Amino acid sequence: MNVTIKTIKDITVIEAEGDIDSRTAGEFEKKTVEATQGEDKIMIDLTKVEFLSSAGLRALLMLYRQVKARNGKIVLVGVSEEIQDVMENTGFISFFILADLPEDGVKALS
Amino acid sequence: MATNTKSINDIRIDYYPTHEHEGIKFRRGHAMPYGATTVPNGVNFSISSSAATACTLVLFDRGAPQPFAEIPFPDEFRVGDVYCMIVFDLDVERLEYGYRMDGPFAPELGHRFDKSVILSDPYARSLGGRDTWLAEPNWDDVYPYRSRLAFEDFDWENDHPLEYPIEDLMIYEMHVRAFTQHPSAKVKNAGTFSAIKHKIKYLKELGVNCVELMPIYEYDEWENSKPNPVTGEMLVNFWGYSTVNFFSPKAGYAATGKFGMQVDELKTVIKELHKNGIEVMLDVVFNHTAEGDQRGHTISFRGIDNKTYYMLTPEGYYFNFSGTGNTLNCNNPIVRDMVLDCLRYWAADYHIDGFRFDLAAILGRAQDGSPLSNPPLLESLAYDPILAKCKLIAEAWDAGGLYQVGSFPAYGRWAEWNGKYRDTVRKFLKGDTGQVGEMVQRIQGSPDLYYYRGPTASINFIACHDGFTLYDMFAYNEKHNEANGEDNRDGGNDNHSWNCGWEGETDDIEINFLRRKQIKNALSILLVSQGVPMLLMGDEMGRTKLGNNNTYCHDNELNWLDWSLLKKNKSLFEFAQSLIKFRRAHPVLRSSTHFAHSDYVGSGYPDISFHGARAWNMDGAEYSRSFAFMLDGDHAKQGVIKDSMIYVAMNMYWESLTFELPVLNRDRKWHVFSNTDMPDSEAVNTLGKEPLTASQESIVIGPRSVMILVGK
Repeated sequence: MNVTIKTIKDITVIEAEGDIDSRTAGEFEKKTVEATQGEDKIMIDLTKVEFLSSAGLRALLMLYRQVKARNGKIVLVGVSEEIQDVMENTGFISFFILADLPEDGVKALS
Repeated sequence: MATNTKSINDIRIDYYPTHEHEGIKFRRGHAMPYGATTVPNGVNFSISSSAATACTLVLFDRGAPQPFAEIPFPDEFRVGDVYCMIVFDLDVERLEYGYRMDGPFAPELGHRFDKSVILSDPYARSLGGRDTWLAEPNWDDVYPYRSRLAFEDFDWENDHPLEYPIEDLMIYEMHVRAFTQHPSAKVKNAGTFSAIKHKIKYLKELGVNCVELMPIYEYDEWENSKPNPVTGEMLVNFWGYSTVNFFSPKAGYAATGKFGMQVDELKTVIKELHKNGIEVMLDVVFNHTAEGDQRGHTISFRGIDNKTYYMLTPEGYYFNFSGTGNTLNCNNPIVRDMVLDCLRYWAADYHIDGFRFDLAAILGRAQDGSPLSNPPLLESLAYDPILAKCKLIAEAWDAGGLYQVGSFPAYGRWAEWNGKYRDTVRKFLKGDTGQVGEMVQRIQGSPDLYYYRGPTASINFIACHDGFTLYDMFAYNEKHNEANGEDNRDGGNDNHSWNCGWEGETDDIEINFLRRKQIKNALSILLVSQGVPMLLMGDEMGRTKLGNNNTYCHDNELNWLDWSLLKKNKSLFEFAQSLIKFRRAHPVLRSSTHFAHSDYVGSGYPDISFHGARAWNMDGAEYSRSFAFMLDGDHAKQGVIKDSMIYVAMNMYWESLTFELPVLNRDRKWHVFSNTDMPDSEAVNTLGKEPLTASQESIVIGPRSVMILVGK
């Protein structure tokens, strides 16, 4: 699992690659929490993520909670249909804003 | 302050290992709670056995053929009979664990230890091995039903069990897979917990406010599977009345079971049902386990503490009060605690609103099988603070001949599946004589059975998963269970059914009209009876099982709900919907106390009165097949609420009868809410817009018909 962080205008963009599961969720959470300190517009690009395990979903939710606590906003983009299905079945989807493409994500955040 | 608290927590010495075995670090654990629980840096394992001589913890990576570690419990880790250990640095999400128990193999003394078998934890929060419904298992797996941990941090937001008064419930008995598996359900993830969400709108339209889920504890659908001798199709355990683990939801019912996320998925569905005003009740099977008799597989209980978990004969064989090989030893204090822990867990962690106990008479048997007058388990459940608001419902009989309908030890809490309600109403509907006297009891909430407990002790039903559907009750005289592969020997023979003139499907217009009418008669009676009504999934749309009254083994159309029936039998659905609405609109139908048979509010009418061809004169003679009753709305909820007068006339005679109507006071008039003798489109009127009866003096009740009038 790799995490790339960049900034587009006032948006922090986190690009993840690989599976986010119990082996990688801790690292994902650490890196994303660090990168989003003080930021309130965050886009997580999951285009290159094939699988989110229970632990992965929880890492995302933890990040969401922290950002939301300071009235920030998180948008997920490029979430595969299968992951969306899992998120829907397990209730996680209701916490997030999803957008198909990064440009849609930018719109949702602005 | 927060920082200080954290630092104090961090210096707890039990956060760190003291022992090492094959590279795995561990230390002495905590005896409570039982099961596997996450603790800082590790997992606490705790399990008890009254007779084991040694115990080994066996750890697997998810799906691995062999364990990555086996750690014998050092003797100093044992507290009494409890083995406990904290193991550090485990990948909780991928971990599968089990135990080997050493001890004597001496069946005559009740011991059946076998350390070559890896055993599931009775307290496991989820189980691997049957992750996807009917996916072919690895039959050579050294550990087929693998204990796993579950994330227990679900975000319920503001959800809370609904705590409806039980008399206000409209229960819908449902099988998770059967509800949406049929292609006509047209839902994503068909046959799963998740798919239920797509049908919530339907449930609300119908008007049910409680779903009772047939068993959802992990069971093995492959248990006793065999090919159908006629069709070659695989017969499986579809219903699931055979628990492998009491704390784990069935993974194969979850769309996400293959990812091990069944716990989150089930909770999501419950939260969604609650959000829509629908309670969730579980059908729980604590009378036996899936381990069978001495010829069965050792999965968990038998290998951990056989003598504790099962009722044994003096020779060490299994008592079989469940009819399935073994009997859980419910009133052994250890097993009693497990059942209590389990129900508390489902109530607290899953927000379950109530439980229906399969073959609950067994829960009142002593360890030697004899019935107890004051069974400790039933008492514990009735007084438990966590379960205080949960509905507790007993199937008050067992397969060992203990029949306790009306006499189940209730402690002011327990309700019962009223089997006598079912049988009386069925006999009355098919036109048997000699039923009127008993029907009078049944429609009042069976005061003959529940005089001290009130009508809410009576769960009224005419059909349930066991036996004919409501449609089949009027389409078949005999059961037709050939497809079960047991030469039609299985299933009950006392169906009290009547085929209306032809066995099975027919094109005869009159027979089909009569069948629909009989279903409407049944629905009418069910929904105007005091007590708590329960409807079997699909009966509102004329579901058939083709005369099979024991479809436990069919993963096919015999069990799957065919949603196209909704179009075919639209009038039935609308009738059921209207009757449910009617019940909800009239509190006088939902009393929590028995009738006094007197006018204690001074309205001029007693709370309930009985009528016949002449008002105020019911004919209860042996030959009689008809009667009417009237409820005085001024007595609704013991006079606290004002409701309309309701008059219900039931005629199961094959010719029309004329009934004189009781005279109404205060310029009120009789209006027709429903008349099952009318053509489909006119059988029921819109609530609140009921037309006047043709005459205020009398009504003509058609042959085999039920009429409901409202006086307002």
